[in-house]
Amino acid sequence: MLAEPSRSSTSLRARVELEQQTSWGELLIKDLVKVQLRTAVLLGLLVLAVLCAIPAVFYVAPAVTELRLAGLPLPWLLLAVAPFPLMFGVGLWYNRLAERRERDFVNMIEN
Amino acid sequence: MNPWALVSVALVVVVTFYLGHRTSRFARSTHDFLVARRTVRSRRNAAAIAGEYISAASFLGVAGLVLKEGADALWFPIGFTAGFLALMLFVAGPLRRSGAYTLPDFMEARLSSPTLRTASTWFVVFIGVLYLLPQLQGAGLAMTMIMPAPAWAGSVLVTVVIAYNVMGGGMRAITLLQAFQYWFKLFAIAAPTFVLCAVFVTGGAGAPGSAGSLDEPAAPNFAARTAVTVDTDVTLRVDSPTRVHVDDGSGDAGWTTWRAGSEHTVDAGAELTFPGGSAVPTVDQAKSANIDWLLPSTDLTGLLSTYSLLLALLLGTMGLPHVLSRFYTNPDGKAARRTTVQVLLLLGLFYLFPVMLGMLSRMFVPELLITGDTDAAVIALPTAMLSGVTGQILAALLAAGAFAAFLSTASGLVSSMSGVIATDLLAGKVRDYRVASVGVAAVSVALAVTLPIDDLALSVGMSFALGASTFAPLLVLGIWWRRLTWLGAMVGMCTGGGLVLLAVVLNAVSAHTGGWAPWLVQQPALVTVPVAFGLTVLVSTATSSRVPEDVGAVMLRLHAPDPLGFMRDRAVQRFGRAEEHTRTTQGRHRK
Repeated sequence: MLAEPSRSSTSLRARVELEQQTSWGELLIKDLVKVQLRTAVLLGLLVLAVLCAIPAVFYVAPAVTELRLAGLPLPWLLLAVAPFPLMFGVGLWYNRLAERRERDFVNMIEN
Repeated sequence: MNPWALVSVALVVVVTFYLGHRTSRFARSTHDFLVARRTVRSRRNAAAIAGEYISAASFLGVAGLVLKEGADALWFPIGFTAGFLALMLFVAGPLRRSGAYTLPDFMEARLSSPTLRTASTWFVVFIGVLYLLPQLQGAGLAMTMIMPAPAWAGSVLVTVVIAYNVMGGGMRAITLLQAFQYWFKLFAIAAPTFVLCAVFVTGGAGAPGSAGSLDEPAAPNFAARTAVTVDTDVTLRVDSPTRVHVDDGSGDAGWTTWRAGSEHTVDAGAELTFPGGSAVPTVDQAKSANIDWLLPSTDLTGLLSTYSLLLALLLGTMGLPHVLSRFYTNPDGKAARRTTVQVLLLLGLFYLFPVMLGMLSRMFVPELLITGDTDAAVIALPTAMLSGVTGQILAALLAAGAFAAFLSTASGLVSSMSGVIATDLLAGKVRDYRVASVGVAAVSVALAVTLPIDDLALSVGMSFALGASTFAPLLVLGIWWRRLTWLGAMVGMCTGGGLVLLAVVLNAVSAHTGGWAPWLVQQPALVTVPVAFGLTVLVSTATSSRVPEDVGAVMLRLHAPDPLGFMRDRAVQRFGRAEEHTRTTQGRHRK
């Protein structure tokens, strides 16, 4: 019970520093922005690299386009099916990372 | 004339009318009309976003492009989906936390510049109309396929229904509607695809009705004697000697043989008859030989235009006003992000089906390659594969799904444009919103009826390029880069937008003067997007004294996690809540 008021007072101070964007408050937000942006850019580049690699491979090695997998042409499998689970998976992953970051940030402010 | 289709389309229209009418009763204030009071949960909002996003271009256009261009067309569904990944990674959460209620409002919140706000208002309206036209024209096309009605009847019907719903309840009315229409569209395309695939597998390639195996180095064949009426002037390409009976109404109809490798111009109104087993000639741009169709292009032009298309779709989605306006309806930033993940799943699920229908239509309705009406493939396919009632019922289901696509996308566009016009150009009251929606609907339908029809997916592609070159740099840099200034944003947006418009004009000119435009004019994003980004950064750096003073506070609002409670709802600040609204209309105080 005794710990309760002191915790909320530091938490209040941290909030005020954030609200007024003191140098420390600004630094906190800048740091959060940097981390979130880095995650987003890395995951975005991952997907972009995979997607851009597909036509590049077709261009460099046209023979690949004639391969077949289980009777179906490989380019159609690569283009019509494969990208969608990839994009959904990366979306899920980013969501988890971003939510964890935000939870950590809130915990840091409130303690 | 298909009586089943008539009934099913009528049902979709009636259900849309009814749902909109029912939910409209809860909409009272501007807050309801603009952002559905920001209470839409992530699961429903995801279905609504997917429902709104799957437009005529996705439902009819993707299959049509697959029929015509084969493997290269598969980039459209990929890009349409990837756009939401980019939206999620860079925009969704912070955009919602900004508390903005329209795209121009976000611009003002971030850069406090009324001039930039006005300029982005006009771009929103322009992109919106550009996107709305193919929807309305698609509705006209679908209407002519199911009943002997003129094309304008379908456009007018769709416009009246959505204008009624949007007027009645704005965002509040269309949320449930769009969510329902996603699930309906998924069913309407999945069920026929399963049935048709089953028919195909049991019948096998080369069975009666099929046009030959897809990996042959020749063009598809007509299965039986086929008569085709050409609606517009076309140039046809022939790869092997073809017997044809040409009747152009001048009296000297007769059988001739078209030589291999030749091109023939056919005037509108002519009727061509081909004997069974002969190769199908194709309109100029379409891939005539099946083997070219099956394999993706492997030349440098193909590679670069693929990248350009991918870039346009990837960044263009976040520049579409109707997509963004749905993100303002989530309760907070976390919900906005979760919504987007679910959208990725819903879209990935949907896009399997139009691709499969496109493959089947290459075998069973190759005559569409002559008229160039490839957007009709989805609806024409079932009756070509199955005779009798089964085929008609499947076609009816697909037609109903197509109408759901027109209705949901068009209602999202009209509501987002009305929101922008009502709050930026008018006073922002509910009455203004209604006036704006009638105005937008009237202008769009007038344009849709008078302008000529283009390929659905392609003209939609241009509005993606426009979105990617105007709003995408502003959103991404505005959210993540502190040193953005309104001047930099303005220069980037106007230059990017101007370049895309130039490409649109050049395209139109080239289409009438022999099609000389290179790939870059048809797919300009690869140049315009980097130019827009670069200029925005350059001019912002040069005018660094104009960085807004409250940038720290704005960044805090955009990025601080929701539980800290820094989010401020701008719509409520400006127009009041529903309860306050009733008070302000009676009293003197205005919040």
